[in-house]
Amino acid sequence: MDESGSASTAEAGLEVRDLRVAYGRRRGRAEVVKGVSFGIAPGETLGLVGESGSGKTTIGRALLGLVPVTGGSITFRGHDITRLPRSRRRAVARDIQVVFQDPYSSLNPSMTIEDILVEPLRVAGVADGRSRVRELLRQVGLPDDAGTRYPSEFSGGQRQRIAIARAVAQRPGLVICDEPTSALDLTTQARALGLLRRIQRETGAAYLFISHDLGVVREVSDRIAVLHEGAIVEMGDSEQVSLRPSHPYTRRLQLATPVPDPDVQARRRQRRRELLKADA
Amino acid sequence: MTAHPVVAPEDAVAAPAAGRGRRGWAGRLLRNPMAVACIVFLGATILFGLSSPWLAPHAPGATQLNAVNAPPFTAGHLLGGDGSGRDILSRLMWGTQRTLFACVVILVSALLAGVPAGLVAGYRRGAADPVLNWVSDVIMTLPGIVLLIALYTLIGPNLVAAMGVFGVLVAPSYFRLVRGVVLGVRNELYVDAAKVAGLSEARIIGRHILWAVRAPVIIQSSFVLGGGIAIQAAVDFLGLGDPSKASWGGMLQEAFANIYSNGWAVVWPASLISLTGLATVLLGNALRDALQVGAARRSLPRRRQELISRAFAAKAENDLPDRSATEEALLSVRGLKVAYPREDGGVSQVVRGVDLAVRKGEIRGLVGESGSGKTQTAFSVLGILNTEALVGGSVVFDGEDLIAHPASRAHARGRRIGYIPQEPMTNLDPCFTVGAQLVHGLRAVRRTSRRAARHEVLALLARVGIKDPEHVFGLYPHQISGGMAQRVLICGAVAADPDLIIADEPTTALDVTVQAEVLDLLRELRDERDLGMVLVTHDFGVVADLCDTVSVMKDGRIVDSGDVRTIFREPGHAYTEELLSAARAVDLDEVGTDG
Amino acid sequence: MLKVIAVRLIRTAAVFFVVTFATFAIVYAKPAAIARNVVGISASDQAVQAEVVKLGLDRPLLEQYRHWLAGLFQGDLGQSFFTGQPVLSTLGIRFPVTLALMVLSLVLTVGLSVLIGVVSAVRGGWPDRVLQILSVVGGAVPSFIVAIGLVFAFAIALPVFPATGYVSPDVSLGRWAASVVLPVAAILVGSVASAAAQFRGAVKEVLERDFVRTLRARGMSERAVVYRHVLRNAGGPGLTVLSLLTIGLLGGVVIIEQVFALPGMGVLVAGAASKGDVPVVMGCVAVTVLLVSLVNLVTDLLTAALDPKARVS
Repeated sequence: MDESGSASTAEAGLEVRDLRVAYGRRRGRAEVVKGVSFGIAPGETLGLVGESGSGKTTIGRALLGLVPVTGGSITFRGHDITRLPRSRRRAVARDIQVVFQDPYSSLNPSMTIEDILVEPLRVAGVADGRSRVRELLRQVGLPDDAGTRYPSEFSGGQRQRIAIARAVAQRPGLVICDEPTSALDLTTQARALGLLRRIQRETGAAYLFISHDLGVVREVSDRIAVLHEGAIVEMGDSEQVSLRPSHPYTRRLQLATPVPDPDVQARRRQRRRELLKADA
Repeated sequence: MTAHPVVAPEDAVAAPAAGRGRRGWAGRLLRNPMAVACIVFLGATILFGLSSPWLAPHAPGATQLNAVNAPPFTAGHLLGGDGSGRDILSRLMWGTQRTLFACVVILVSALLAGVPAGLVAGYRRGAADPVLNWVSDVIMTLPGIVLLIALYTLIGPNLVAAMGVFGVLVAPSYFRLVRGVVLGVRNELYVDAAKVAGLSEARIIGRHILWAVRAPVIIQSSFVLGGGIAIQAAVDFLGLGDPSKASWGGMLQEAFANIYSNGWAVVWPASLISLTGLATVLLGNALRDALQVGAARRSLPRRRQELISRAFAAKAENDLPDRSATEEALLSVRGLKVAYPREDGGVSQVVRGVDLAVRKGEIRGLVGESGSGKTQTAFSVLGILNTEALVGGSVVFDGEDLIAHPASRAHARGRRIGYIPQEPMTNLDPCFTVGAQLVHGLRAVRRTSRRAARHEVLALLARVGIKDPEHVFGLYPHQISGGMAQRVLICGAVAADPDLIIADEPTTALDVTVQAEVLDLLRELRDERDLGMVLVTHDFGVVADLCDTVSVMKDGRIVDSGDVRTIFREPGHAYTEELLSAARAVDLDEVGTDG
Repeated sequence: MLKVIAVRLIRTAAVFFVVTFATFAIVYAKPAAIARNVVGISASDQAVQAEVVKLGLDRPLLEQYRHWLAGLFQGDLGQSFFTGQPVLSTLGIRFPVTLALMVLSLVLTVGLSVLIGVVSAVRGGWPDRVLQILSVVGGAVPSFIVAIGLVFAFAIALPVFPATGYVSPDVSLGRWAASVVLPVAAILVGSVASAAAQFRGAVKEVLERDFVRTLRARGMSERAVVYRHVLRNAGGPGLTVLSLLTIGLLGGVVIIEQVFALPGMGVLVAGAASKGDVPVVMGCVAVTVLLVSLVNLVTDLLTAALDPKARVS
């Protein structure tokens, strides 16, 4: 397991130790996160890649306090935030924010964009919320009058920009990005990723970038953790994990991801077949 | 988490117009003449009832001998008199007041009993949810009128108590409604976002949950009131009301007993009860239309649809290109247009003249972003578009135009053209075993015995890579994984040994490792059977992996088309270049993988 | 599956006991008032008190309920306060009339509304439009008003059917049929309208699912798609409609009996309630709750049997 980030993260960033989450009761109980440990340094992006059922979304929700943690600890900037009651959570909320996968469900259709963006600011006690909203809208590249309109008047990509604006409104130290681009079209996806990168440069926020797509994760991450059936099977430098994976599962994942070039893809297909044959 | 849905940007404009809509729901309601008529009628009824202490010409119980069974328009008795010589108009007015009072009681008790319980059960869940649910189920199954009758033995003719109890009896309708809405909203990500932002529970309920519940509750209230008016009249009609007070149901009962001497006396209360009930329910329907825009999209009147359709067909006929150059292709789509009729009499075109050709053994990728019309194009070939879709142009399959000859298209469907859908789990019938639905499908297109069909299906299941076909044959769709379900659907598509496969994003909902296996399977099947294939996808990686030729779609048109290597090396259109560079920007670097 | 049946049986029994006890507590809540109803308004307080003791109303409520329940299992529901007749034998005469009306209306409603609902969902077009208008009107106008209209039209203006009264089928099957035509017709207007709309909704919902398109694309004929797959999937929601419909019909019949003066349970219970004949009221409630519980039990079990997820664990 990679420990490179730990020394600094213990004080300034996020530190997750042996995190466990289980759903259901008694016989139906199933552990979906089985002892996961990682750290994220300030300003760093950790990519969390895995297939459906790997527990990647659950990890994100556990960090946000949206699912109860059954074991292990989560420390952020030196404070234990594993099981905070709602009232204490508010203090953390300023620092850990989220961008969800689905830009349609993540904005309340009956609120104007301005109300959506002011809400978290008001909770945090920011007085001049309205002027901050205009600043935010400019920051994510939306017109000034966007504030008076409703989410249904925007496309998926624009909505995701609004969600990003909401996430960075309080200048958080960590943003959980849960598949923020997988519901978007290719060209929109590229622009949204660009925006996330630019905001990171400007604010120095750390990202936990959760995705099923190794290619996307590689594009944005400094380090990558590969999740398989609730456990991290490989974690390390982005280049190394995505190009020279050491774990067999990561190798399978890496070769199964198709690349947009017919000849290269033919070669990769061949290599994947050989790998599968060798495994069998 | 299996699905990675690709959301169409058009949906944002078309489907949930709730945001923009809600500002003007009152305006929309007032533009509906039916709603205005109902509001006017109900308003007049309310005034009619409320004004009875001042405007009623007689006291409700005052009897006059000369008014006994008086016909309508008798002097001093506009609507006549009843069997005891009481003025019908006055009694109707007093009765209306009583009905209004009953409505308020019902509404208050039903709302108080149903809405908070629904909020608690839906938002808090926990132990309260199953208990409240059970209570609600029990109340729903109670024979309401019989219980009201039983209640009479305790309280006698007590309007408040009886209607209060009736309110509780109908409260489950609010409970179930509110609980359902709250359960839905609770899982919306915007509620999670509010929690993450640190909003208090009270604020989340007030700001996000109650707002969503508001419209459905208003609509439901009108139906509850419609039922309440009827039940209050029924209780009085059964003789369980207060005989000393005038009421609609009581008047009806007395008049009905007296029907041979004065038929008119029946007409007034009967029409008032029916019309008020009807107006309430119609207003509820109008409110639903006004508050839930797009929820119940009504189809256009048939005649209007026909006019639009004829105009569209005439125009498409004019634009049809010549069909000469399509000889050797298995499938040749020429000038295909798909449009949907709009409310204003125009059409919105989603496919604007597509040309596409597929030879035997060729896999043609149809690539584009959401809303480009690629799925609509694929569905047109099979003829499985929505019924209101208008289609123009030609789809020549093996020398025959399927659009001009719906009968040959119906014959080709399933037999010679197979279909692989996008979402594996929703495309299997949950009520039948995997084997049973594959056998049904096979026997629908080919005469064969049940045994033979079963045999064939088992062999095919093995062919598509299912390890234990005998076992899987007997499983229900909910018992198998998404990847296996997609193999089953591929099995269904190739069962009748077709020449052409239409695959609509066949791997989008699958994990990448499963996707790779399914792509391999499709390639093998093509090689074995010399299949032609149209592969709809948004993923250039999939195209590079599987396709021989590509057509790129944008805004309902093919903007670029050609051999897959040519398109990837030297894209013929700026849009293709843009898509490719976006795709490459987020993909794995190849250089390292060779190491 | 056995477990499912056991759970439903226990739930049904629990509902029966809870509802009958609640009703019992309501109708027996004021012993003095009940006794006064029997001995008369002008009776002295002593006479009333004596009657309370005589009727056993001075015992604790729970004990009275236990006594009543024990009687129920032995086929004894007590005697009417006024006629002295055993409640069970009175119900034996009255209940068949109600049951006949109910079964007849139920069979016709289900037959007609399934047919109309399926046709309008599958075909669309004008049948669908007509159904939508009729379902609003038919659902909004109470059945007793429809009944009065029918009496006006077919018994007074055009006297083809008797306006009121009932002939037992033992006496004359033809005259029995004539006596129930108008009551059943009055019930059907409302029940078919609302049930057909709900069946339509259930079928329509299934028709819009993805697998229907896939079955069509597989070359299956529209008939096979609808009859084999769509109706099978709409079966579950359809059964729910059916069980609520049965309960609704029960209420409808009780009121309609009053209009046509049919000697059924509805007239019995309404009369008993207005007189304060508590044992009769309680007997009627017991019979209705039992009937409703049975209907729910059967539809619940059928629903579970239709759902592969409940069947295959």
